[in-house]
Amino acid sequence: MLTISRELVDRIIAHATADHPDEACGVIAGRAGVPERFVPMENAERSPTFYRFDSMEQFRVWREMDDNDEEPVVIYHSHTATEAYPSRTDVSYASEPGAHYVLYSTALAQFRSFRIVDGVIEEEDVKILEPGV
Amino acid sequence: MAIEVRIPTILRTYTDGAKAVDASGATIEELIGDLEARHPGIKARLVENDKLRRFVNVYLNDEDVRFLGGLGTPVSDGDTVTVLPAVAGG
Repeated sequence: MLTISRELVDRIIAHATADHPDEACGVIAGRAGVPERFVPMENAERSPTFYRFDSMEQFRVWREMDDNDEEPVVIYHSHTATEAYPSRTDVSYASEPGAHYVLYSTALAQFRSFRIVDGVIEEEDVKILEPGV
Repeated sequence: MAIEVRIPTILRTYTDGAKAVDASGATIEELIGDLEARHPGIKARLVENDKLRRFVNVYLNDEDVRFLGGLGTPVSDGDTVTVLPAVAGG
């Protein structure tokens, strides 16, 4: 299960909405599986059907996480014409077995989370922590 | 001549879980050859048809080797090489 604050969910949705119709992507860094630090990334492909982190930006962000003892707890991206379910391409490039892969569909306003390990997709529940709760 | 190579989570199955290993060589290509000798199987995850795989990023210190000389990029003692799978999808 992914447990995530309402604020972080809203930031993913806002990023996806702002970049629509291109796909938006980013990371939420954290410790012990708790997503905390929102890091929107450049989609180097600037495409409505593909995303790729800019290699130098990824290097900086991954090093920052390393220095802070953080991990990429969430890796998110948007789908802008299809449902929020990992595509074949998403599965073949999924390379962080510890991460929650969050997909947001701007077309369907769907927010879903998956584990993708060794080519196998497993959807998981999302628990959103409302402010003040 | 030792160069530190930082290994991403997904490739640590080849390095017995080590986050960083030492390897040697005069170029990135030689370094990967030496890595393969020490950690068999890892090369195929980095190189395809004598080129770096498209969705694997290799950095020499702070630079993506694609913007340097690719596999032919010279490396020297004390350098750090970082491997990161590109985060990508559709």
